[in-house]
Amino acid sequence: MSKRFVSIFSLLVIASMALAACGGGAAPLECTDAIGCVEVAAGEPIHLAYMLTVSGATATLGDDSLGGIRVALNDRPDVLGHTVELTGEDEGCSAEGGQTAGTKVAADPSVVAIVGTNCSGAAFAALPAISEAGMLMCSSSNTNPGLTDPEGGWLPGYYRTAHNDKFQGRIAAEFAYNELGARTAATIHDGSPYAQALQQVFAETFAALGGTVTFQGAVNVGDTDMRAVLTTVAADTPDILYYPIFEPEGNFITAQAAEVAGMENTILMGADGLLADTFPENSGENVVGMYLSGPYVTGATYDDFLAKWAEVIGGVPPSGFHAFAYDCTNMILDAIESVAQQGSDGTLLIGRQALRDAMTATAGFDGLTGSLTCNEYGDCATGEALAVFQITEAELNGGWPPAAIWTP
Amino acid sequence: MKINWKTTLRYGLIGGVSALYFSMIGMVELFAGRNLIGTTVNMGHLLLYGGMLAAGLLAARAHHQGKLAQHAVIGLVAGLSAAIPTALLVILHEFIPMQDVFVSVNNALIRFLTFERGLPGLLQFFLASGLLGLLGGLFDGIPTDYRRAVGTGLAGVAIVAVFSDLVTQVLTNLFGRASVNIFFVSKALKPVIALVLLLAIAAFVFMRDRRKANAPAAVAAAPLDKRAALRKQVILFVIIGALLAIAPWILGSFLSQVLFEVGRFVLLGLGLNIVVGYAGLLDLGYVAFFAFGAYTMGLLTTTTNLNLGGGVFNFWLALPIAVLVSVLFGVLLGFPVLSLRGDYLAIVTLGFGEIIRILALSDWLKPIMGGAQGVLFIPTPEIFGIVFDSPESMYYLVLAAALVAAFVSIRLRDSRLGRQWMAMREDEDVAEAMGINTVQTKLLAFAIGAGFSGLGGAIFAARLGNIFPHSFNLLISINALSLIIVGGLGSIPGVIVGAIALVGLPELLREFQEYRLLIYGILLIVMMLNRPEGFLPAEVFKRELHAGEITEPAEVE
Amino acid sequence: MLRRTLSRVSWVDVFLRIFQLVAAVVILIGLYKTFTTARYSSEQWATLAFAGLAQGSIYALIALGYTLVYGILLMINFAHGEIYMTGAFSTVFLAMYFNRIGFLQSSPVLAIIVLILFSAAVSTSIAVLLERIAYRPLRNAPRLIPLITAIGASFALQYTFRGLFGSQFRAYPDIAVLKGTWNILGFDVPLVQPVVFLAAVLLMVALYWFVERTKTGKAMRAVSEDKAVARLMGIDIDRIIVSTFALGGALAGAAGVFNGLFRPQGVFFLMGFFPGIKAFTAAVLGGIGNIPGAMMGGLLLGLIEALGPNLILEGLGIPAANQLKDAIAFLVLVLILIFRPQGIFGERLAEKKA
Repeated sequence: MSKRFVSIFSLLVIASMALAACGGGAAPLECTDAIGCVEVAAGEPIHLAYMLTVSGATATLGDDSLGGIRVALNDRPDVLGHTVELTGEDEGCSAEGGQTAGTKVAADPSVVAIVGTNCSGAAFAALPAISEAGMLMCSSSNTNPGLTDPEGGWLPGYYRTAHNDKFQGRIAAEFAYNELGARTAATIHDGSPYAQALQQVFAETFAALGGTVTFQGAVNVGDTDMRAVLTTVAADTPDILYYPIFEPEGNFITAQAAEVAGMENTILMGADGLLADTFPENSGENVVGMYLSGPYVTGATYDDFLAKWAEVIGGVPPSGFHAFAYDCTNMILDAIESVAQQGSDGTLLIGRQALRDAMTATAGFDGLTGSLTCNEYGDCATGEALAVFQITEAELNGGWPPAAIWTP
Repeated sequence: MKINWKTTLRYGLIGGVSALYFSMIGMVELFAGRNLIGTTVNMGHLLLYGGMLAAGLLAARAHHQGKLAQHAVIGLVAGLSAAIPTALLVILHEFIPMQDVFVSVNNALIRFLTFERGLPGLLQFFLASGLLGLLGGLFDGIPTDYRRAVGTGLAGVAIVAVFSDLVTQVLTNLFGRASVNIFFVSKALKPVIALVLLLAIAAFVFMRDRRKANAPAAVAAAPLDKRAALRKQVILFVIIGALLAIAPWILGSFLSQVLFEVGRFVLLGLGLNIVVGYAGLLDLGYVAFFAFGAYTMGLLTTTTNLNLGGGVFNFWLALPIAVLVSVLFGVLLGFPVLSLRGDYLAIVTLGFGEIIRILALSDWLKPIMGGAQGVLFIPTPEIFGIVFDSPESMYYLVLAAALVAAFVSIRLRDSRLGRQWMAMREDEDVAEAMGINTVQTKLLAFAIGAGFSGLGGAIFAARLGNIFPHSFNLLISINALSLIIVGGLGSIPGVIVGAIALVGLPELLREFQEYRLLIYGILLIVMMLNRPEGFLPAEVFKRELHAGEITEPAEVE
Repeated sequence: MLRRTLSRVSWVDVFLRIFQLVAAVVILIGLYKTFTTARYSSEQWATLAFAGLAQGSIYALIALGYTLVYGILLMINFAHGEIYMTGAFSTVFLAMYFNRIGFLQSSPVLAIIVLILFSAAVSTSIAVLLERIAYRPLRNAPRLIPLITAIGASFALQYTFRGLFGSQFRAYPDIAVLKGTWNILGFDVPLVQPVVFLAAVLLMVALYWFVERTKTGKAMRAVSEDKAVARLMGIDIDRIIVSTFALGGALAGAAGVFNGLFRPQGVFFLMGFFPGIKAFTAAVLGGIGNIPGAMMGGLLLGLIEALGPNLILEGLGIPAANQLKDAIAFLVLVLILIFRPQGIFGERLAEKKA
């Protein structure tokens, strides 16, 4: 290496060190938080991160939640005199993707809080690093009961506005048994932990209510031929078929159910994975009359939200979790506003434990997905904001969202 | 010199199609938000105008020589013509909205392309394109030593700016977060820093070239005697060893995690290298053994009620069993495919890989293997009070495993068995006629390859803490196969280089998100076209490839 | 020495025979139990079988692309599933447009032919482009090298199309005239299934005729026998290879539209991956490089997939048997290849060692 180069380089390094030393400057705020603070200098943005699945077949989930976050940030361009910067990682809906994304986010000490993950498997793997770093993470679509179970995978700093599987599966079963009068039911899942758990809760609740579960089947992601499994379902002519899965497998089941003898009188029911604007059109005529359980996010505030979405993102939300992401983002920003210490020069000091405490103390938060109150293990949704929707001709012809016909 | 307009326009068109491509698939618009230098240059610019710059440069280069003014004219014309396809898109968008079909051709893209000024902004677009083409043309015209210096400098700045995550992670880890803010604004290089960096690299390259040119050629040409060569090798090894040993301290937790991922695929690659590289058995279901290792570790040590070990197993006790189980299944699954060759073997092994994944996922085996819910709560390894719960500590574990695997690989390659494998790879019938027991030789290849993979799987499960069947899909097999071929089939350093290129690099490109796999795919094609023998080919394959070129171009089988 | 060889061979053989025997017995038990419980009517079995045939004919069309390329270059065109996707995905927008302007419902036959031609054109162009960029420069490289560029091309195509058309799912519009049923052998079969099946068979017969009778077809066969000799005979090898890719691409494009008629849902950028693997399996099942073999392999695979889980696994009392559909298909493949390592119909180029 040339000598001159070495001297130039060392000069640069020394100069930068010197700059770094005096860069800290007047900071009258003192961090007293048990697990550390984030300091946001005047004029610098508050750093939020997201960890969502934005690649592969589950990308619509990630795009949907990301849109919710962006709409929320667009609503609040100014938080205590600072802008909010959003950066993100792809968790790929897998444990290893979640772990890598979590490690990366946790390695950046400027991150205050995280919205994510989409998939529960990714959350389990990401949480240790995030929790260790003192950060806070709020999920819009993790539904696995274990994540908010202190005996399970729960760790401090975890929150979710998504409803635990226990709620949705139970509500769907109660609706089927009490409202539709179904006495026999069959379920199909797609091998995803989410669908498998949901149909299990449904089946158990349905049986406990006094119904009979005739068949619990499964298909694979990527299957297009559902006739075989539907023929098996049809052999028992159940009153209702519950398949809490995603597009496109849900489209295939819905469409092909019309072609299998014995399925004529079976009611079709899905869950929030199919609560997507493309679902009715993609499934064809047989979708009319089908029921979907999902978050109850209709009403005037939601219409406002959709208008903002059309303006900020364009089009309509591609899946059913955007409102949860919107609520997560707002709860986090509220918590920041309530705990941040403001210096005279505009510097912010955010205590990490204080932020978690403020998040846990959230009560009666008036969100898009209902009134949210967090418990000590981070479950902020109580399941009251769930509803059952019915698809009609209007949705088949491009209308969205469908009307809620029943709430518990 | 006469200017060949046809060639110039052709390069212009190629540059233009590239700009149009990146615009239409949405990369330009999305990455317009990612600043590279200050707020003036962003990644959208790089993707869009890179085509114009390259068009100008390549068009000028195709003319071999000429006056600087001619270079400028060629570059300008190429740059202007490269703007045409994208400009047509903008005009078309004005009349026919196409966002319903081409989702990325939206108003934000058009605003970016027209400098937020509507159709009149196209003039500015042409101006910018022409200017960049001109710069490209001029760049080709300046004297070689300056060109090299400036070119390296620009490339250096671009790399630092694109991989700013990597740089900021290291800086944060070594000097704290404040040091990052000196050089970067968010993720972008500060303009002054970029300029300094450009000049520093350019000056360095320039002076180095000067010195090399001035120094007598004898220095470079002097034959190194054997001792000196050996000493050089030893020094190299010591440096590499020291770097590997202290890597986590320099790199911090995220990059250690990336290294862990690389290490995991090095293990997979070393194992597959024995099966494919040494023995010539094309295995597309290699992930199955990875799954056996991971599931054995998971089921023996998990704290949930899936535990099969009765609570007596910890990581260290389960590790050899996981390897053993994988070896066993390697032999077992090897039996049915003994008589299959070439692509029949490939599809059947692919089938085995899928069968294993489907069985792990199935409700049928859910009571034993956890089904879709996977195996949760696999404890982290612990020894002498050291808990391997961080990426940094797990890095050392995977490093140790990879070193063992590499050592075994080298010993096997040079052993009698290794020569039997290679003989079998060259011609199975001849090998058998020479008295090689091909059944035994094949099964040993499957078994040892499976063992390495199982080792990787067991460590993977312990690091992750939760395993799901989805983690064991076909893409893992494909990735492992790609990396050993990109690195150079049969070569152990090749496996490491391949893993860094195909596993490490994509992890560093995480911010490209959904375009990560697009870049991965293009990277695979480009690498193979440029170096079909791989980065660090094994000697025997290099010979083979070149022999094919010389003797019989039509048929290399 | 001889005795040792003999004993060794028989030892492995014995193991394999036992493996086959156990598998066969398990399958028979499953079949027996399924039929004795009589859970399904013959009507239901027939419905499944006809759907399986229609699906199988689509696999067969894609499998032909693998087989044609393999026959000439001895190379697995791993990106062929994506070539199928590009046609099917691009054409869905044209189909939606035709539906909006009413053309699709007013003159469905003409509209479908236009769709097929469009889809075939897209797939063909992509296939030819791919050959030019990713395969031709590597024609003399060892065989694993183009396999890797094919894998790279596969990812590049998937995510290029995701970038172009988005990550949303699309669906082909329903066509009213195809909605009815047809009475075949006393069973009511949805009209679309025999239509797709017959159209696919027609295409395959046309292909067979093309390869056997036309000049280009004969040249293809010559090139696949021996490139050096073919060149000496004055055959332009490059041109023949390009037409092979084009032919395979056109068939895949047509398969994309047939698939859209038969199973309109689930059109998106990853839709080619699984059918690609399945078609590759079908090609190997029939004997790769063998054109009738690919057709039969495709049909057989379609049938196994449609009937296998209900027929065999359910009788064995395995829960959620449909989850194991692909496992059954691959298991059958393994069993068949143990009996016949060269596929059911054998490799046409058996003497050329793969």
